[in-house]
Parts: sequence; structure tokens; C-alpha cells
Amino acid sequence: MTIDESRLDSIIDEYNGEQGSLISILQDIQAQYQYLPREAMDYVAMRLKIPRVQVFGVATFFKAFSLKPKGKQRIHVCMGTACHVRGSKMVLEELERKLGIKAGDTTLDNEYTLETVNCLGACALGPVVVKNEEYRGQMTPIKVGSLLDTKKP
Amino acid sequence: MKLSSEKELEDLRNEIISGRDPNKLCIAVCGGTGCHAGGCSNVAQEIRTELDSKNLADKVDIRITGCHGFCERGPIVIVYPEGIFYQKVIPRDIKEIIASTIENGKIIDRLLYHDPVSGEKKIRVEDITFYQKQNRLILENNTRVDPAQIKDYLAINGYSALAKVLGKMTPEIVIDMVKSSGLRGRGGGGFPTGRKWESTRIAEGDVKYVICNADEGDPGAFMDRSILEGNPHSVLEGMIIGAYAIGSNEGHIYVRNEYPLAVSNISTAIKQAREFGILGDDILGSGFGFDVKVNRGGGAFVCGESTALMASLEGKPGEPRAKYIHTSEKGLWDKPSNLNNVETWANVPMIINKGSKWYSGIGTESSKGTKVFSLVGKINNTGLVEVSMGMTLREIIFDIGGGIPGGKSFKAVQTGGPSGGCIPESLIDMAVDYDRLMEAGSMMGSGGMIVMDEETCMVDLAKYFTNFLQEESCGKCVPCREGLRRMGDILKDITEGKGSMEDILLIEDLAGMLKDASLCGLGMTASNPVMSTLKYFKDEYLAHIIDHRCPAGVCRELITYGIDADNCTGCGMCKKNCPPGAISGERKETHVLDTGKCIKCGICYDVCKFKAVRKE
Repeated sequence: MTIDESRLDSIIDEYNGEQGSLISILQDIQAQYQYLPREAMDYVAMRLKIPRVQVFGVATFFKAFSLKPKGKQRIHVCMGTACHVRGSKMVLEELERKLGIKAGDTTLDNEYTLETVNCLGACALGPVVVKNEEYRGQMTPIKVGSLLDTKKP
Repeated sequence: MKLSSEKELEDLRNEIISGRDPNKLCIAVCGGTGCHAGGCSNVAQEIRTELDSKNLADKVDIRITGCHGFCERGPIVIVYPEGIFYQKVIPRDIKEIIASTIENGKIIDRLLYHDPVSGEKKIRVEDITFYQKQNRLILENNTRVDPAQIKDYLAINGYSALAKVLGKMTPEIVIDMVKSSGLRGRGGGGFPTGRKWESTRIAEGDVKYVICNADEGDPGAFMDRSILEGNPHSVLEGMIIGAYAIGSNEGHIYVRNEYPLAVSNISTAIKQAREFGILGDDILGSGFGFDVKVNRGGGAFVCGESTALMASLEGKPGEPRAKYIHTSEKGLWDKPSNLNNVETWANVPMIINKGSKWYSGIGTESSKGTKVFSLVGKINNTGLVEVSMGMTLREIIFDIGGGIPGGKSFKAVQTGGPSGGCIPESLIDMAVDYDRLMEAGSMMGSGGMIVMDEETCMVDLAKYFTNFLQEESCGKCVPCREGLRRMGDILKDITEGKGSMEDILLIEDLAGMLKDASLCGLGMTASNPVMSTLKYFKDEYLAHIIDHRCPAGVCRELITYGIDADNCTGCGMCKKNCPPGAISGERKETHVLDTGKCIKCGICYDVCKFKAVRKE
């Protein structure tokens, strides 16, 4: 893909091109593209004067980064301990069945990406599922159907 | 407005306080994460609209505060000056609150908290048992300030400790004071804070760093986030005092990117502190300069470990290093560095203001002050609680937490997150402090407290934590990377009924190896969840291994579902919702479950209103 270098420049300049700000820079890029395009990572390496392998290393080390594009809608299932003891695994499995994908994947029509998160700190509402920033508490396998558009598998 | 002396700060404080009418009506809306998820922003919006439409905007203030702690009852709204506590408020309730309580001083019964034990209505915060037994030295201020307003913090005596330190105390005196207060690190290890500061102060080097660890990766713990979100200036004030004592001019706050509100509130606080001359060069005209940068984490649990966190601050993968060189000598960018967690920093201003003698009067022999716990899991009153060190688990879980929901019985409480352990019912009268928890095979950790009832399988829980840690292991050292993988395999076998008695010996072997040979704290403590459950709940392991049975009914390979003909009414709910279509039967006739097709998803068990689905 072609990337807009001026957009990347403005992100990198905000951090004065500091090597120590690599993670923040990648986060800002991901916020724009919803993932880290390879070309963008190459460009960051060049601008920060660090080896590409360092950028790739950081991008693959941290869970926050994705090298794959995401779907239009994002569903996060909280797998924190409080949600776990209240049955979040069953909620996740039902979503996997309903969407026909595993956690971490995107549906073929690019509509949904299903992800897990370790704790959102909304333990009182557990099990919690977040759909496009909207929190849904006390989820059960039956309630997850209401999260998805009915026409979807 | 740059303040250039202690006097200017005090003048401004007096001006703010005298400009405020303590009897003015104010509606405080909890804006913590729990209430936020419950829809408090719509509630706040509705209040604004309603006040505007009734031309009350001048007469009534609205304040969006940080977390009040009682997340179970959110969204929470408190009407001052009386302090009337309304719970589970939705936008539809606002018209009535304004018409009755604000305009006519009437209390709305149905929004009050009803004590589940006595059935009594509780009008004010201080009447509610959840709050009564707490000692909210840190959390209390969350309810008194709007985190986005530095003036609110100044109005509650904020930055007075800093002014005192800069004006009247030498760095050595500050360190002595923190040392004699007995404050220990709230992030997990419990290292004495004053001693840590002292060793960074005496370390050689002109450039030194002060770091705030807000990478709260421990699942089920959210106290640091609530402090940073609700009262960010208290953390900043602690850091500036620490920096002065240590001799540092540059600080970093490393905060989880999954906490957007915390990132935004602390960033606003830093900006305001700079404008007021509380951060930057020549703070309050003292000649001392210090500034802070916010770094967002990348979502790696291991970055809560100090050296991994520092690697991440340098823009590298968050891998820890061996600790034979202390971070107080060579930390961030190889310079002397002092790292403390959010709650530790937030304790500092209080110690300076009220004195180390006062502080050390709270708590137990070895653990001073209060601790914030996030009380979650199978508990009635989920939320954040702050208690004096030394309170018993029973008081925390039953008196404050209100016990276990659904009439189920208490089984265990897990403290310390993935590095901690499970404490069984037999130890429920144990006083909670750093050392008692260690003796019980767990640890304080950052303060997660996950309550479990009879329906929680302890082997499954051990597997959960082991899998979590295996995923979060950075992979740098072999014992942790490979050891946890094998540990996870063994636990998986046991939960699937494929375990053998030798597996228990193997687990013990692996646990010893992990403890002795891992590079950092993640690996060294990784076996705690397994070893503590094995110690206190060995019978459950044996039930899985010998009888191929999961007593809690959790481990899927060991349970089967069936339909009880006596209770089945033939309503068809299970049949309708069964994903693989394993249930058959005509309407109003007993249904039958085909165990060959059943995928054990548990949906039929949840939907049946007649308790006709058996799990055995």
C-alpha cells in the first residue's frame, strides 16, 4: 500500500524524532490506520535512524500492535480474572461460533474483528464485552447474539 | 498564572476557597471506569441539559469526579452539601432528582441504597456499610475533586506538602521522614520506599530519573487507574517531592494505553501544573526544576517489571535484565533511576503533611498505612476498597464486600494477581499485610482480590494464570519461557482427566526450577497460583486425576449435561438456543439431550428456568 509520508512526518515530529518515543509513535500510527502497515514501519525506522528489525521487534512484542488490518467493527472480550471466574470463556466461544472466526481474527467480509483483552477494570460488570468502545456488562453466551447484526452468520 | 513562591500558592488557595460557597448545591457524578461503562456520561449530559432548561445552571454546580469505589452500584450520583447518595442512576432519573431533591429538598427513596442485610435505607455515603469500615485516606479525595481542575486539588490543600518540602526541608530530611513512616512499595514487592529513594540519591551521576509505574497489567486490579484518573495531581505531587529528595529533574509516567481516561487526565494535570509553575524550571520559586513525560505502554504484562518497563521507555521490546546491577545505580538510559507505583506516590504528600508518626500509627508492625484493594469476582459489592493494613480477610470480604452472591459459599480468595496465590477459607481470619500474605503462599501484589465461590475450579484457575503468564512471558529466559509452557500442558492434561499422580511431582519440580532460575519476578513468582492451589486444594487435583471428576463442574472434558425429566416442562428454550442442535423434543414434552452432539457450551444450563438441565 502507499502511505502518506506527510502524515507520518507530523506524528514523528511531534516526538522530535526521538528513538525513545518509538512505542508512542507506533501507537499514533496505529490509531490512524487501525494497524501498522509495513511501509509505515520502514519509514519510521528510516526517520528514527534505527534498524528496521528494532521497529519490527517492538511491533511484534507488544500486544497493542497489529500487523494485520482490522474489521470495521471491533469486539473485545475481557478475559481478566474477575470476568474469567464469571464465565467469560463461554462468552468468547459463543462469539467465535457465531462469527465463524477465532479470537484475533477478522471475518472474511472485513466486518468484525474479535479480540481478547486482559482486563478493562470494569470488573463489577463482568463478564464484559466491548463493541466499538461501547461497554456491555453481565454478558452471557445467549446475550452475545444481540451484539451482532442479525444478517451476519 | 505562574506561582513563584509558597506565599503566592497560599494566597491563590485562600482565594479559591473563599470564592466557593460550601453550602452551594452540587451534583457529583462518578466518572470512574465502572460508572463510565454503566453510562454515566449520558447521566451527566442529562443533568446539564435539565439544569439549563430550568435556569438552574448558576445555582447548582456539576462535578464529574473520579472513581467512588462502589462500582457495583454505579452510576453513582451524590447531591451536596447534604451528601445524598443515589445509586444505579440512569438518564431517565435526572428530571426527578432535579425536581425533587434539588428544587424541593426531597429524597427519592427508590434511588437510595438499601442495605441487603438489614433492609434499611441509607441516605448518606457515611451510612453505607461498604464505606463505614474503610479508611479512605487516598480514595476519599477522588470524590472531592474534578480531576481536570487543578483548582479543585488546591482547594483540598493540594501541593501544600510540596511547598513545605521545597521551603523548609532538605532532601535528607524528606528521605528520613519517608523512611520512618514505614511506607513500602504498593506495586507488589513491598520494598521500603525511603530506602529506595536514599540509594538513588547517593548513586553517582548528575542525571537521575524518577518513574511512576502505572502499567497495571494485573488482571482484576484497577486501583492505580482509579487514582490516576480520579486524583492525578496527588501522584504528581508525590513524584515532585520524590524527585526533590532524590535529586532528579526528569520524570516519566508509564501508563497502560488501555486506560485512555487515565492517560488523558494525567496529561491534563501535567499541563495545568506547568501553567501554575508547579512543574518546570524553578518550581514555586525554589530554584528546583522538574518535569514529567507521559509514556503509554504497549500492553505487555511483563512491563510492570521495573527493568522491562525501562527498556520499553527506551523504545525497545520490554525485556527485563538481571538485577545484579540495581536500577538505583543503572536504570533508564543507564542512569540512576527510582521507580515507584502510582499508589506509593499518592501516599507521599499525606506523609509530609501529617507526619511520619501519624502514618506509622496506621497498620501493622511491618506494614504501615492503608492499602487499596480491588474486590472483584464472586462478591456482592464489587469495587475499590481502601483499608488499614492488618484488617482481616473476613472483614474485607463479608463486612465490606457483603459476602458471596446467590447464597453460594465462599471458597477462596486470590490476591496478588498472576504472581500471587489462593487463600482458602480456613485462613479467612488472617490479617492482611505484606508478610502474612507471603507466609500464606500469596503476596500483596498491586492489590487485586478475586473472590471465588464453590463453582470456581481451583485447577482451572491455576491453568488460567499459567496460560496468562505463558502468553505474557517475554521469552528471554528459558526457565520461564519453556517451564510455563510445560506447566500449562500438565495442567491442561489434569483438567481433561488425563493427569497422573506423577504430574504433581513434576509440577513441584518445575515450580522450584522457575523460582530459582528465572531472570525476573514474572518467572520467579509464576508458580505461586499453582503451588498455593496445590497446597490448599490438593483434593481437587486428586479428584481430577483419580476420579476424573471436576467437583466445581467447570472442566468441560469431565462434565456431561443431561435433562432431568422430572423438572423439564418442555418449554423449548434449551432446544431453541442449543448451538449444535443437540436437544430434541416436542413442545410441552420432556426434551432429550444427545451427548454425542453436545459441545458442552453450557447455554442450556443457563437458559433453563426450571433447573431441569443437570451438570455432572
